[in-house]
This record gives sequence, structure tokens and C-alpha cells, in this order.
Amino acid sequence: MGVEVRRNADALELALSGEWGAREFSDLDGALHAVEIAGARRVSIDARGVGTLDLTGAWALHQFVARAREAGAEVSFAGAAPDQLRLLDETLKEADRGVEALPPPAPAGATHGPVVRLLVRVGRRSVAVAGRFLEGLAFVGRSTVTAFLATLRPKHLRPISIARHVYDTGITALPIVALIAFLISVIIAYMSATQLRGLGADIYVVDLVTIGVLRELGVLLTSIIVAGRSGSAFAAELGSMKLNQEVDALVATGVDPFEVLVVPRLVALTIALPLLTVVADLVGLAGGAFLCHFLLDMPFNQYVGRVNDAIASTTFWVGVIKAPVFALLIGFAGCYRGMQVRSSARELGRLVTVAVVQAIFLVILADAVFAVLFMKLDI
Amino acid sequence: MYPVVEVKGLVNRFGTQVVHDGLDMTVERDEVFGIVGGSGTGKSVLLRTILGLQRPQAGEIRIDGQDITHMDERQLREVKSHYGVSFQSGALYSGLTVRENVQLPMLEYLRLSPQALDDLAMLKIRLVGLNPGAAGKYPSELSGGMVKRAALARALALDPRLLFLDEPTSGLDPVSAAAFDDLVLYLQRELKLTIVMITHDLDSIFRTCNRVGVIVDKRMVSDTLAKIVDYPNPWIQEYFHGERARARLGELQHGT
Repeated sequence: MGVEVRRNADALELALSGEWGAREFSDLDGALHAVEIAGARRVSIDARGVGTLDLTGAWALHQFVARAREAGAEVSFAGAAPDQLRLLDETLKEADRGVEALPPPAPAGATHGPVVRLLVRVGRRSVAVAGRFLEGLAFVGRSTVTAFLATLRPKHLRPISIARHVYDTGITALPIVALIAFLISVIIAYMSATQLRGLGADIYVVDLVTIGVLRELGVLLTSIIVAGRSGSAFAAELGSMKLNQEVDALVATGVDPFEVLVVPRLVALTIALPLLTVVADLVGLAGGAFLCHFLLDMPFNQYVGRVNDAIASTTFWVGVIKAPVFALLIGFAGCYRGMQVRSSARELGRLVTVAVVQAIFLVILADAVFAVLFMKLDI
Repeated sequence: MYPVVEVKGLVNRFGTQVVHDGLDMTVERDEVFGIVGGSGTGKSVLLRTILGLQRPQAGEIRIDGQDITHMDERQLREVKSHYGVSFQSGALYSGLTVRENVQLPMLEYLRLSPQALDDLAMLKIRLVGLNPGAAGKYPSELSGGMVKRAALARALALDPRLLFLDEPTSGLDPVSAAAFDDLVLYLQRELKLTIVMITHDLDSIFRTCNRVGVIVDKRMVSDTLAKIVDYPNPWIQEYFHGERARARLGELQHGT
């Protein structure tokens, strides 16, 4: 099947048969390439035995004919040439006429030495980084101004939208935040209990858990969970709205997307995250109490009394005060990356990833700054 | 010879809402069949059902004589490789260039060398009248008309004999729409395609369709264009004899 070749002095006869479709292309193309054209003066092709010849099959034949003509052979068809070949010729010819001149390639800067080229690269990269930084700053600035103006005119603060986002980012996050706070404090209590019991200092387990959860872990874990949940959600929501031209539609309607999309999310997260942190603190302490009760046989009222002794008046607030800052960092990262989406689904995925990674990074960085700050302030 | 597409007694229901109730449709070989209907009459649902994107509650759908409603995924995949689809908004993969979009079905179904892959993709791109320079562009860089053509090129990637077009001319200016209709007709003639298209565009219907199926009252009435305009159904009368249709109708009667 496919291609049958008969050689006759300087004449080549090809009898084609079977199906010539897209599915058979690689076999047919291979068979045609195996035909030795060199030395043939005349090539005659009999395509009358072909079942269906689709465009892909015709392309294989077309390539062969072109190759034969290039080699100086005269190509003829037994009967008429298949219609599909004429269509191919027509398509290729038409397209050649329609080709627009491509823009000339950018002038090559190869005349400079290696030092200059390095400088050029460093310079370009620096300018790009500075540009990106300014862009981010502009985003933060514009959001802040919009939020400020909105508080002056409460109608523009979009309370319904804020409520929806508080629900999405806060209330629906409660179970997972509570569960993780509970487990982590149980783990810490357990680890420290096994260590401290050897020293007979069981009672300090309570101090460790209390201070650890209230100052650091409660807010940090909650922020990281929220960064993963809501930072990604913000970026994905805004990004797909950009792809769908919904953001353009808002602008065209004269509605500021910062006012209806960005600010409500930022405000809502700033409300939700401190509240979640309080819940995480409470559940964390409960986790500590749970473990102390069952592992160290410590009565609950003793635990509570010890907690009261362990904490200073500031301990709780030192943790919670960080929450709004972390919330803003997560919100900015998510919204900014979402609004950066321009064209494709792949870009959306990339920017959502960037948003989450950056949010978590910023949260931890800010936490470090807070740690140093509180140490200097002696809190 | 069996019809290319045959739908019998199709029932589609979402909850209590009945979209199709005993819908019949037949598309013969080498014809351009237009599906028309008011908004919300289930044209897109019909297309999705025929494409196997959703299963109907009852009825059978035959493509090239094979009932697809009871096929498993693997059999369905084989059937799907025999037709091409161009979606309403193009549905080009936004992360791929036009050339890569056209190559994707080829990579899935055919064994091709990289050279052949490029050549064949370029051939399809040229076939639909796109400038070869557009091959390296991303969908977001294309104009509306170019997106439609690129989607058509992708639909033709495997040289199907059957083509589904969902609102091929929507969103195009009349000149581009007419050019697209001409392209569809040209390809239909040259490649001997059978085309099923959903359309609202009266110009498009009068220019390209041999037969028209109208979805009314959850069923379909289909006939040749010249006959269907005289059906007594009020929606059909409004559609084909309304303000917008009159000019076109005159042409039809003068022409025949």
C-alpha cells in the first residue's frame, strides 16, 4: 500500500494507493522520502488508486513533487493531477502575495567590548528593577489614596463588598486556622514537656506555649494560612477579571477598579486577620491546656493561673498588633499581582504563585522587623 | 449512506428546566447546516451535547453512523479526532502562539517530524488566509477576525471532514464577516467539508447555509432556506421577515 515504485531507465513511475490522510502522513512521507529521485529524468505519478486524499496527504505529495522538480525531473500525472494539489498551490501562492514585510531586526550592538556590554546589562537590569519597584509603590500609593478618599465619603467604601470579603477571608477560614493553631500548640507543648520534665520544670511548659503562641505563632501561622488562601484568591480573582476584560469594563463605566476591587479586599483582610489571630490565640492556649491536662496531669485552673502569671500586659497585644500589618502585606501582594495579569492563563498561574510566595516572604520579613523593634522597645 | 450527524429524540434537562424535548436533527454530507434559535433556546447546549461535552438525558446522537451517547472516553476520543470545532470566542490557548495552537491537535493525534509539524501548521494558517507573520503571535495580540481564523485553522488541523462552528461571524464587522463567510464556503467546496454552524447572523445564513434548523418549542424544524422562511411559527416569521431580514429575503426570491 502507499507508494509503489517502478524504475524504467531514466523514468520513474509511482503508483499511489490506499488512504492518504493525516493519520498516514508519517508513513507516506517516509515512503516518499525513500524514493531515489537522482538520475530520473521523468517522474510519472498515478494517484488514481488513492482512496481519500486529504490536505495533509496532499502536502506529502506536494513536497515530493517539489523535490523531484528541484532535482531536474519532469513530473507528470497519469490522468489529472489531484485537485488537492491545485488547492495547495493556490494557498501557498496567495499567502506569498499577502506576506507583509517583517520589521527589520533590531540593530545588533556587537560593536562594544565586553566591559561595556556588561555595564549595559547591569544598567538595563537596574532600570527594570527600579521600574518594577516604582510600579509596586504606585500601586500601594494609589490604593492608599483611594482608601483614604473612600473613608471621607462612606458611600464609596462599599460596605457590602467588604462584608463579603470578610466572610470569604475570615469566617470561612475559621475551621482551618483553629485546627492548625490547636495542633501546633499541642506539638510545642508536647516537645517542651518532654524536655522540661527531665529538669523538673514542667510548669514552664505553660510559659513557653503561652508566650510562643501569643507573641509569634498565633499571628504568624494565621497569616501564612491566609496568605495561601486569600492572597491566592485575590490574585486569581482579579487576574481572571483582567483576562475577561471585566476590569476594562469597570474603567469604561467610570468606576474606579481600585475603589470597588482593591480597597474592599484590603479593608476586609485588615479586619479579618486580627480577628482570626485572636481565635488562633485562644485555640492555641486551649491546645496547651488540653495537653498539660492529659500529659502533665495539670488541672485547668492551675493552667489558667500560670498563664496569667506568664504574660505581661503587652504579650497579647504584641501579637495582635502585627496582624493588620501582615494583612495589608498579603492584600497588596495578592491584588497587585492580580492586576498585573495581561494576556494569558499561564501568566495568571505564574502571578498567583508569585503573589503567595511574596506574601509569605513579606509576612516573615515584617515579623523579623517587628521582633527587632519590640526588642529595642523592650516590650 | 447514513447522515453525517443525526440526532434523534434528544432530551436535555437541567433540574426542572427542560431545554430540549425530543429534538431531531439531520445533517447530510457536504452541506452547510445552520442552527438558528432565539437566545436561551439551547443552541449551545445542543452543540455541547453533539460534541460529547455533556450527556443528554435521553435520545441518541450519531456521528458518521456511530452513537456517541453510550461511548466511553476512549471511543469518544477517536470520534473527536474526526471533526473540528471552532468555539464562539475562539478558545485559543492563551499561553500558546497561533502556530502552537494549530500544532496541538497534531501532536496529540499524529506522529510527525518537527519539520513536518511546522510545515503543516503553516499550511493550515495560510489556508485560512492568515498572514504567516501571525503564526508566532499570541492570541492576545490578534484582532477579532484573526482570532476567528486562527480558531478555524486549529479546527482544520487534523483535516476533518466535519466542522462545527459556533457563531463564526459574531463580533466581526460586516466586511470581515462576509470575508469569513466566503472563506468558509471556499473551504467547504475545496475540502468537501460538512459544516454545522450556529449563527445569528442573517447575512451569514443567506450566504452560506444550504439548510437551516430552527429550535422552537424545545424541538427543531429544519428545511431548506427557501422553504423555512414560510413556516407559520411566529418566531420564525419574526426572524426571517422582521425589519432586518427583509432586504435579504428579497435577494433570495430574486435569486431563485
